[in-house]
Amino acid sequence: MRWIWIDKFVEFESGKRAAAIKNVSMAEEHLHDHFPGFPVMPEALMIEAMAQTSGILVGEARQFQEKVVLAKINKAVFFDFVRPGDSIRLDAVIETVAPEAAGTTGKITREGQLIAEIDLMFSHVDQNLAGIEFPKDNFVFDDNTFKSLLRDFLSQNKSNHAH
Amino acid sequence: MAFSRDEILEQVTEVMVDALGVDDDEVTLEATLMGDLGAESIDFLDVVFRLEKAFDIKIAREELFPADALMNDPSLVGEDQKLTEQGLALLKEKMPHTDLTEFEKNPDINKLGDLFTVGSIVNFVAARVS
Repeated sequence: MRWIWIDKFVEFESGKRAAAIKNVSMAEEHLHDHFPGFPVMPEALMIEAMAQTSGILVGEARQFQEKVVLAKINKAVFFDFVRPGDSIRLDAVIETVAPEAAGTTGKITREGQLIAEIDLMFSHVDQNLAGIEFPKDNFVFDDNTFKSLLRDFLSQNKSNHAH
Repeated sequence: MAFSRDEILEQVTEVMVDALGVDDDEVTLEATLMGDLGAESIDFLDVVFRLEKAFDIKIAREELFPADALMNDPSLVGEDQKLTEQGLALLKEKMPHTDLTEFEKNPDINKLGDLFTVGSIVNFVAARVS
């Protein structure tokens, strides 16, 4: 992953569900333009935050061996603005994970208040139905930066996988 | 679990509405998934996932949509992009829930997409849950 848009996982159940935190800061320059005098987190970037939360959950379910790519936004409904200083929580659940793809549901909340519902599908692109070939290198999980998000969980997961 | 044919159609309609973002009046038995309802490849998996949940069944991908397995085999697809006799026989065997009478007249693989209709999915599910 080249660009990290969430701050940390706070809950992680391998192959099932995870929760991550994203702190929204006025230091994010796009907020100065979105909108001048009324900074709110763009909804597209809430989808991105959920895609990263869900995508890492889906990737970890296959030990980061698959190239997990966002393939479809099944649902994205927003109920309130997110402003600088807010800390949002992203809860993601794996509904289905198959050899070719995975489906997730997700909720964004702020201090328990529902902000958004975002359901996604991810493709394991090497298993795509069209038989298209992709580069061998795993360009999705190609460095370890994103693993810092899982700092509280990775050692625990490793021991789980060893069994 | 037993489902009547009407119940199956109702659930399949709901799956199509949710997976493809279409109106329920567009989901007729004759509607093709790709042509009429605008399904793309990822949508086929979405449909499979939702059918599995709705009817509590497991569906192997090539079972419902076996076309991909045929495409790349030269003994099954001729150079004219049409299914060979062998290919057609295999397709019939794999898609017993689909009426292939029209397709047989001109078994062009580029038209395979038109075979996936709402009706064929209802037939498939009916065979699985009965």
